[in-house]
Amino acid sequence: MSVLVFVESEKGSIKKSGLEIVSYGKAMANHLNIPLVAVTFFNGEAELLKTYGPDKVINLTAKEEIFNAASISESLKILAIQEKASVSLLSATANGRYLAPLLAAKLEAAYIPNAVALPNQFSPLRVKCSCFTNKAFKFTQSNRAHTVLTLATNSFGLHENTGETSFETIALKESDQSLKTLGIEKASAAISIADAEVVVSGGRGLKGPENWGMIEELADVLGAATACSKPVSDLGWRPHSEHVGQTGKPVASNLYIAIGISGAIQHLAGINASKTKVVINNDPEAPFFKAADYGIVGDAFEVVPELIQKLKAKA
Amino acid sequence: MKILIGISCVPDTTSKIDFVENNTRFNTAGIQYIINPNDEFGLTRAVRLKEEVGAELTVVTVGDASVEPILRKCLAIGADQAIRVDATPTDGFFVAQQLEALCQKNPFDLIIVGRESIDYNGGMVGGMLATLMGYSYIPNCVALQMEGQKAFLQREIDGGIENLQANLPIIIGAQKGLVEESDLIIPNMRGIMKARQKPLEVIPSLEVERVTSDITFEKPAPKGAVQLVDVDELIRLLEEEAKVL
Repeated sequence: MSVLVFVESEKGSIKKSGLEIVSYGKAMANHLNIPLVAVTFFNGEAELLKTYGPDKVINLTAKEEIFNAASISESLKILAIQEKASVSLLSATANGRYLAPLLAAKLEAAYIPNAVALPNQFSPLRVKCSCFTNKAFKFTQSNRAHTVLTLATNSFGLHENTGETSFETIALKESDQSLKTLGIEKASAAISIADAEVVVSGGRGLKGPENWGMIEELADVLGAATACSKPVSDLGWRPHSEHVGQTGKPVASNLYIAIGISGAIQHLAGINASKTKVVINNDPEAPFFKAADYGIVGDAFEVVPELIQKLKAKA
Repeated sequence: MKILIGISCVPDTTSKIDFVENNTRFNTAGIQYIINPNDEFGLTRAVRLKEEVGAELTVVTVGDASVEPILRKCLAIGADQAIRVDATPTDGFFVAQQLEALCQKNPFDLIIVGRESIDYNGGMVGGMLATLMGYSYIPNCVALQMEGQKAFLQREIDGGIENLQANLPIIIGAQKGLVEESDLIIPNMRGIMKARQKPLEVIPSLEVERVTSDITFEKPAPKGAVQLVDVDELIRLLEEEAKVL
């Protein structure tokens, strides 16, 4: 028996969510007293995983770093069987949530998405997961011998471990596929919402797209990603890839700063998993104040420049 | 081209989320059900594809008779026929297996599901169905153009867009961007009248084993009151109390 984790990397470097899933996997493997096998794809720094304590690291190699879900899930299936895995863990990122259902169907396993904690029981496996777009949680039980699980990002954190790690490389199993990747267009933003520790988000209170300079500047000072509310993306002020909320992207950052966003229930659902929430709004009755940890009642056009200036002065 | 659109009925996005019977069941009292927004983006793209290249649109849902008004709404939006698989869905794999049985009997060129439902957020039906059928799956799909049997697609990834090409049959996970919010079709009286004449077939469900069970539900712990501060105090709190700077 073993615990299998899939560790995501990008351009050869391990993503933070990848380190988190190994940390989570290690805690589960320790609890079950079975080995942890970490599988990566096209990873240039697989040795860094040693710090998080997997017993074995298997790096899938390929000619190019093209993410093909059918091929990777097929390789994961073969490895899960070979390593006699009883749980396969992936991050609840875009690619992790792409792979997990494919893998679960191939293994005829139970699939439990969006876990937010370690299982509260292991036999049968039962784990707390987010649902209703972070407005509630459910405790879901697996009825199968093998469980595929995705972990909500930034819900477990990074935990270093010690132990011996062996390393292997295996060629990716290229499955016959009619799906071809033609290319990737990276968004102009330096930091994506999914990876960001801090997110600075603007709403209709900013009055127009021409006023986003200060949002971008604040994001720059904080090393943050920029985001926006639904009306802002519907009005075309910002690209829809920045829309966070129930029908947009979920945010699970350490710090979320909402500027000129009233806080519709659908928006709050999407950002609920963020740890610390700050609102800046001139309307003290805005619903966002009920969801925030810290609030400034004031005109964004005065508060934000002052915040930028004072943060810069500290740096 | 034959297109199947999987529809999930979900509580309206403004619904108050509550649980009853010792937190074992979602409280449906007073809940207004809607077409899952991601499914509606997919259905709207399908209606446009019908205009662009010609297609026959079938909507399907797994549910009891209470979901039929949602299927009638899909017909009013522009679907040609509707199928209801008569069962109470237990999890995503259950739904994927019901759809597999339907697609094995009656194959489709393009299957559209939402990237996830906004209630259980599983995001699994499309990928599981694709694996069961041996089709390619493209989730988080924000663009789809057809050229003969070839589809040109865009998938939203963390921090960008991936451009893809695929041969039919394929399954996509629809989301906002595939069409814009302003493109959504509000059924007119003519559409609603026509929908009444369109076929809505009820088919029996397949007996399948349940792979997961939701045991209990829980609501997030109530949050403390907001601290109203000025800029200096905010910076201090973020550094010293929240430790996020």
